[in-house]
Amino acid sequence: MKMSKIVRTQANFLYPFILIFGFYIIAHGHLTPGGGFQGGAVIATGIALIAVAYKYNDIKKWLKKTRLTATEGIGLLAFIITAICGFGTSFFYNWLANSGLLFGDRVPYGINPGYLNTGGVLPIMNLAVGIEVLGGLGVIIVYMLSYVKEVK
Amino acid sequence: MRNALVAISLLIVFASLVYIAVNPGDFGGQTGEHLVFGEPKHTDMDDYFIHHGQNQSAANNIVTSIVFDYRGYDTLGEASVLFAAVLGAGLVLRALRRDKK
Amino acid sequence: MLFNIPFIAVIIIISIGIYAMLYKRNLIKIVIALDLIESGVNLFLVSLGYRNGGIAPIYSNAPSTKMVLPTPQALTLTSIVIGVATTAMLLSFCMVIYRHYGTLDARKIRRLRE
Repeated sequence: MKMSKIVRTQANFLYPFILIFGFYIIAHGHLTPGGGFQGGAVIATGIALIAVAYKYNDIKKWLKKTRLTATEGIGLLAFIITAICGFGTSFFYNWLANSGLLFGDRVPYGINPGYLNTGGVLPIMNLAVGIEVLGGLGVIIVYMLSYVKEVK
Repeated sequence: MRNALVAISLLIVFASLVYIAVNPGDFGGQTGEHLVFGEPKHTDMDDYFIHHGQNQSAANNIVTSIVFDYRGYDTLGEASVLFAAVLGAGLVLRALRRDKK
Repeated sequence: MLFNIPFIAVIIIISIGIYAMLYKRNLIKIVIALDLIESGVNLFLVSLGYRNGGIAPIYSNAPSTKMVLPTPQALTLTSIVIGVATTAMLLSFCMVIYRHYGTLDARKIRRLRE
């Protein structure tokens, strides 16, 4: 079932904005409401929009299941490796916070406008979990769509 | 008959839950503990997180610093559950394709 | 007490979920009932941690520093993601059952009982 041309054009128009909004939510997870799970779910809705607007056989070329599964595995692996890097003190130790390195600025106590270069390992873990959730929900959508019987 | 029994037990459960929620009696087995909306009782841990979370994990969002820093094991288990559920759904749906052929 | 209205809403939502689980025969409706119960539990967790006049525990441009409890919110986040995972799993089971039996009625799926 392919949707009409109006729906397909609007889906093409909206898809990059949904992607940008999802990555914005992931990247600002330590400053504003949101985080890895929510941003990944938003990006998965973009994938669902494209998958509904087009026929599955047409988008099978660039929306491969193996690629999405690999994305999910890479996200989980990055999450665990980031946690293991803190083994000098303990598992899941925030080894980048207040260190002056990447994301290592000291945050002023109390109410502040929010600076992006803070948070230690939290932005990295947000990105890893966001990639994992995007892959997981996307592969669920694609799996369920690919086994729906075509109504002639 | 069976439907009536199920309906009566459902009503009993509903009434007792409403009684617990409305009655200003003992809550949690301790005398003087009332379940009141808007006034949580034991908040030592959460006050510690609110006051020290900005210094210790250097993030403005306290919820994120709890999810990924203080309680990272929960998040690890959650990510593993998501991974396992996706794996299971894929395996179950792959059986469909085997039947179709 | 009248101010415990959120808890009463939780109880009503969970009761509707249990009713639908017990009385409905369609598997999709049973999955929806499970999601209703899960939503009730999430609302219960969030409303347990509410503090009168509190704001979300985020310091970026916050209007005040009186904040609600952050731990129930973090655990609710965990619960929501696990709920999504279980719902996807159950719906894929429903797809396989429909393909095998041609129906979603729980009374007609009786190959296990014979």
